[in-house]
Amino acid sequence: MELLVFKALLVVVVFLVSLGVAAYATYGERKIAAFLQDRVGPDRAGPFGLLQPIADGVKMFMKEEIIPSVSNKWLFILGPCIAMLTASMTGVVIPWGGELSIGGSKFDLQIVDLNIGILYLLGVVSTGVYGIMIGGWASNNKYSLLGALRASGQMISYEIAMGLAIIGLVMTTGTLSLKEIVHLQDAGYANIVYQPLGFLIFFICAFAELNRAPFDMPECETELIGGYHTEYSSMKLGFYLFAEYINMFISSAVIVTLYFGGYHFPFESLTGLEGNLLTLVQVLVFMGKVFFFMFFFMWVRWTIPRFRYDQLMHLGWKVLLPLALINIFATGIIMWLNGSLN
Amino acid sequence: MSPSTYVFWFLTFVAIISALNVVLTKNAVYSVLSLIVTFFAIAGHYFLMNAQFLGIVHIMVYAGAIMVLFLYVIMMLNLNETFETNKDTFFHIAAVVSAGLLMVTMIGAFAKTDIQMQAMADNSNIGYLEELGKVLFNEFLLPFEIASVLLLAAMVGAVYLSKKEIKD
Repeated sequence: MELLVFKALLVVVVFLVSLGVAAYATYGERKIAAFLQDRVGPDRAGPFGLLQPIADGVKMFMKEEIIPSVSNKWLFILGPCIAMLTASMTGVVIPWGGELSIGGSKFDLQIVDLNIGILYLLGVVSTGVYGIMIGGWASNNKYSLLGALRASGQMISYEIAMGLAIIGLVMTTGTLSLKEIVHLQDAGYANIVYQPLGFLIFFICAFAELNRAPFDMPECETELIGGYHTEYSSMKLGFYLFAEYINMFISSAVIVTLYFGGYHFPFESLTGLEGNLLTLVQVLVFMGKVFFFMFFFMWVRWTIPRFRYDQLMHLGWKVLLPLALINIFATGIIMWLNGSLN
Repeated sequence: MSPSTYVFWFLTFVAIISALNVVLTKNAVYSVLSLIVTFFAIAGHYFLMNAQFLGIVHIMVYAGAIMVLFLYVIMMLNLNETFETNKDTFFHIAAVVSAGLLMVTMIGAFAKTDIQMQAMADNSNIGYLEELGKVLFNEFLLPFEIASVLLLAAMVGAVYLSKKEIKD
């Protein structure tokens, strides 16, 4: 019972934190874009413009809501709902920190430790595309439909390379549970040491799955106006944009968990920290690593120009997919030579 | 009734209603969406039977990949309710006859089989990935490899068919 209450609280906390981080990621993105383009960025609402996300949120809620009369109303509403739902579902399997002891009993800072954690992530990611597809189709707009078609083609293509990139990792760690992967990295080196190529492929695919530049073809504004969310207004548009930032937060968390030691940090045992203090530091370290990758996502967006659609498909199928296969093969050979296969 | 029984009935209800909706609705996009709901309900059944791997792969492969492609094609064709071709009587009769034959075959097959209900052991690990891998790569290695060759053949065939026009 105690455990159930704790897990329920953790679900709420993780959800609220993802929302908060996503809201401030929009602020971060605008500030970073401004910095890279030698501008000031938002600075009117509050000190340094820190209240900007709240102002944006209020604006989104207050705006007039338009549902095109020709569109399918239910599917039109369902689109952003699915996008938001799948975005907030992935946080469930991520280990946010070590053990927290409250009143003598210990609780893990992970909502569920599924023994198929990685597959769960891939499963949720693969259904995430429906939000975009349904929304794009229900808008009954050529540009929206084109955006939706692009999104589905792109996500399907990069999911394959992404899944194959993870197989190398699963081979070296021998588990699909995210918690065990983090523990193994505490005992040895971070997985990036064993799987540099796998990480690179996974990271590139993450950009494509998030529909972020340089892979933001589905909402390519020079060709498609707004892409799949052209017809959306008010908070429905807000949901789509919000879902993208939550996804960015969660994929950074997944990258950190899989390849960069999760919540563990180097020389952890030498610091002499223990108990709840250690857990707190672990959570902060984890968030620090996650924020670095979120910064990296934004940095790339404002640095690299967008691909053409054929280049994108070429990269996905003819470069990343063979590379991922080579990675699996090479990992197998090295493990065989090491004698770690038995 | 235990909580899992309630979940079972709920999933069954969802699966049957959405499966019926697949064939009854006239809009092709609704059909595909209903089919996706059906797949999720069936994946839920797998989870109830402790077959986690099968359930999640079911979602990933069917709901996450195959149905996306279905939806992709249907959206591309942009079929809608007004696009209802007038099928002639011959088509209707052929459909009824073939469906009837299928039903007769199914009834025949099920009538002959001796259905034995086998209760699954509680907390059995049989659906877990480790167990599945061991069984698949020891006992059923040959069928598994043959199935993969079959898939490879289908893939090569698909590539060949799509390349055909470009070659000459």
